[in-house]
Amino acid sequence: MELEGVLAELRGSFESGRTRSLSWRQSQLRALSDILHKEEEGIFRVLKADLGKHQAEAYLHEVGSSIKSLNHAIKNVKRWMAPTKAVVPMVAFPTSAEVLPEPLGVVLIFSCWNFPIGLSLEPLIGAISAGNAVVLKPSELAPASSNFLANNISKYLDNKAIKVIEGGPDVGEQLLEHKWDKIFFTGNPRVGRIVMTAAAKHLTPVVLELGGKCPAIFDSLSSSRDRKMAVERVVGGKWGPCSGQTCIAIDYLLVEEKFAPILVDLLKETIRRFFVRPDYISRIINRQNFERLSNLLKDPSVAASIVHGGSLDSEKLSIEPTILIDPPLDAEIMTEEIFGPLLPIITLKKIEESIEFIRARPKPLVIYGFTNDEKLKRRIIAETSSGAVVFNDAIIQYLLETIPFGGVGQSGFGQYHGKFSFDIFSHGKAVAGRTFLIEFSFRYPPWNERKLQLMRSIYHFDYIGFLLCFLGFK
Amino acid sequence: MDYGEKPAAMDGGEFDGERAAEMEAEMREIFRSGKTRSLEWRAAQLKGLVRMIEEKEADIMAALDADLAKPPFESYLHEVSLVKSSCTFALKELKHWMKPEKVPASITTFPSTAEIVSEPLGVVLIISAWNYPFLLSLSPVIGAIAAGNAVVLKPSEVAPATSSLFARILPDYIDNSCIRVVEGSIPETTALLEQKWDKIFYTGNGKVGRIVMAAAAKHLTPVTLELGGKSPVVVDSNINVKVAAKRIAVGKWGCNNGQACIAPDYIITTKSFAPILVDSLKRTLEKFYGKDASESKDLSRIVNANHFKRLTSLLDDEKVSGKIVHGGQRDEKRLYIAPTLLLDVPHDSLIMKEEIFGPLLPIITVDKVEDSFDLINSKTKPLAAYLFTKDKKLEEKFVNTVSAGGMLINDIALHLANHYLPFGGVGESGFGSYHGKFSFDAFSHKKAVLSRGFFGEARARYPPYTPRKQKLVRQLLNGSIIAMFFALLGWPRSG
Repeated sequence: MELEGVLAELRGSFESGRTRSLSWRQSQLRALSDILHKEEEGIFRVLKADLGKHQAEAYLHEVGSSIKSLNHAIKNVKRWMAPTKAVVPMVAFPTSAEVLPEPLGVVLIFSCWNFPIGLSLEPLIGAISAGNAVVLKPSELAPASSNFLANNISKYLDNKAIKVIEGGPDVGEQLLEHKWDKIFFTGNPRVGRIVMTAAAKHLTPVVLELGGKCPAIFDSLSSSRDRKMAVERVVGGKWGPCSGQTCIAIDYLLVEEKFAPILVDLLKETIRRFFVRPDYISRIINRQNFERLSNLLKDPSVAASIVHGGSLDSEKLSIEPTILIDPPLDAEIMTEEIFGPLLPIITLKKIEESIEFIRARPKPLVIYGFTNDEKLKRRIIAETSSGAVVFNDAIIQYLLETIPFGGVGQSGFGQYHGKFSFDIFSHGKAVAGRTFLIEFSFRYPPWNERKLQLMRSIYHFDYIGFLLCFLGFK
Repeated sequence: MDYGEKPAAMDGGEFDGERAAEMEAEMREIFRSGKTRSLEWRAAQLKGLVRMIEEKEADIMAALDADLAKPPFESYLHEVSLVKSSCTFALKELKHWMKPEKVPASITTFPSTAEIVSEPLGVVLIISAWNYPFLLSLSPVIGAIAAGNAVVLKPSEVAPATSSLFARILPDYIDNSCIRVVEGSIPETTALLEQKWDKIFYTGNGKVGRIVMAAAAKHLTPVTLELGGKSPVVVDSNINVKVAAKRIAVGKWGCNNGQACIAPDYIITTKSFAPILVDSLKRTLEKFYGKDASESKDLSRIVNANHFKRLTSLLDDEKVSGKIVHGGQRDEKRLYIAPTLLLDVPHDSLIMKEEIFGPLLPIITVDKVEDSFDLINSKTKPLAAYLFTKDKKLEEKFVNTVSAGGMLINDIALHLANHYLPFGGVGESGFGSYHGKFSFDAFSHKKAVLSRGFFGEARARYPPYTPRKQKLVRQLLNGSIIAMFFALLGWPRSG
């Protein structure tokens, strides 16, 4: 079915009111849940095909996390749909006031290739909870997952209101020519600009979930137990999710130079302990990204800074977990988002210098701090800006529905997860009501000084003054 | 002072891209120094604005009179006192707004603490409009200051007296290294839009809104667009028509003579009720403005010759001119157009396609009052939609069927004075909202802060991946307390 016809069908479905009922929303959310439970094997298969992702990783980051989000949405959508009463101050006169969430209409979601199932479902959950009709455009770089979504969403969900449109940049461009009520984009800043520029033609509001270089400040922890745990979390937060191809992966570490050797040893040991089999780590998505990452290491001064790993398998598109110490700060590996299994460690004289280091660079999606120093934590929160701040762990913030997930500055704008997903796909309509009974005749022309005095008194909550004026005493 | 002069840049010379870049860089440095972030600084700015309003009220009223011939009643009520009450509200709530919000953590991340910290976006650009030039400039500025940002305000050049008033007196009351006014028109606005801001807040029309958003896209700058639209008023028959007519009239001609984004644009009522409503409106207009409204002191003038031409050509359309049932008189010299009622103009006439923004009020009739909802939904979503009725069922249907920025039942415009309601559009009427805490939020980044310790470790999430570990992860994600308990014990240690 060609695009105009598809969009007309979606618009018709939305305007019929079908997507607005609680039962429709819950049924679609349950259907998504069914896909995750019944087609789990299929999901593992396509993620293995697209990214060489191990099923444990696939479950943790995509299947299980989506099930959790779905359970949360199914449980709460009725409450989210309800209007919120607003305070009514006397001067505003209306007798009732509330904010009523309503769906925006027909929304477009662009998903990404690194978590092709998870990053499609998470915004989709929000769009459906909010009562919209949806087009999902998965990334063509993860074709097996894209195909899986197209087949199963049409099989399990209301495919007159929720559609998957597959294809490459040309399909994306075509979609962007049309008017949407919202566009939700996950990806890189370059394409983010294209999406927002296209959206501007139709005044379509957008959410841009971008990336950045997410730093991890690694303080010298005194307890060796804490240190070991912290390093496990760093290793788990770098190479665990999609071999570093994650918007919230630790991009680089900042550490005091005297502590660096200890850290490197712990990292090496943990990597060895964790990745005993090659299939425990995802591969690089495609040749283009493999070349990009290899080129980061080609720079001789960068290559010279490698202290672990560095081996590349261009056939299997796999790159060994690689650690570098102090590559040049103007090398591409330190100016561009790495999005891969290379971990530069930048050494500093004192750990507090990390704050200035981070401030001098574009705002990332998250700043990680591994430290027990409360003063340092407070400084990180107050003196840096990022989508989020996480202390003593990594990636896990993705799983908590009560905190908003999104960027700031170059890492994007708009937030989701939990109720934030519902809100981002809704319009909060202010609804106020008055009665015919109470009438203030001094509102009306012809205006004079006395009427103005009465209004002034009302506005200052000066009821005595109002009364005096009303009775003619002022 | 000759308010008719073309406004020049603040300290002489052209305000071009280079100067705009310099200004942005300077302000960024100042913002980075942390000057705008303390509660004391923010409160001092807001207090300064309150003082400015108290001491300079006469100057402000004079500027609004020069720009719009706005009646003092309106200038006071709709601009001066609204800005003042926004300041005092923000001052009262500021400490509370600035406090981080603790949120519950979950079993999946146990043990952890989580909070949401509001931080300023940085250096923001506010582009204001001409019809409420004082209010629509300072209201967003209040939000930006409360949120701790540095601010550039670009007032509308179509209200030059108010624009130059800001440039002249703001520096005496607020920190003018962090809050700056740039006067000018298209070239200056273009120069500003080329720079990278942390947020752009625009009030105006959809055509320029698109330009603003496209410029913002180059820098990935988030925007709020407060636009307009055709705000409809649905009038049911079973109502107190006298009260309704008065409220509609004061909401239309008593709000800058219809030149307001939430002014009633057109009325929809039943064929049978229309004569009653028209009659009541005519009587009300005479009571308000006398037999010859051009003599009344209580009407703003049409802002300039451009808009005068635009509005008169809406009336002079041959399909429309015959539908005038009241008013229609005009005086070009005084930029006066009489309060005008029209009955059943064709749906494809320009007056029914574009936002009117003036003293013309078309009345469209339908057979049943419910038919009005389809008519409204066939147009783009407006900033406000109004309904006069006593029928609760009709009210419910209206609220659930019609989409608009905001809605008010049985009155006009007042909802914008409630600090607790978000004010903003949807669809063609814009996106983003403000007023009260919504203003603070519009200029803030809500930063999630998640804190964990080294107490327990869910090793199940790390490789080597074993069936036992995978089972535990499943249970953890399912919120199982027992699984969490085992995970905290560091189980399974291996295998």
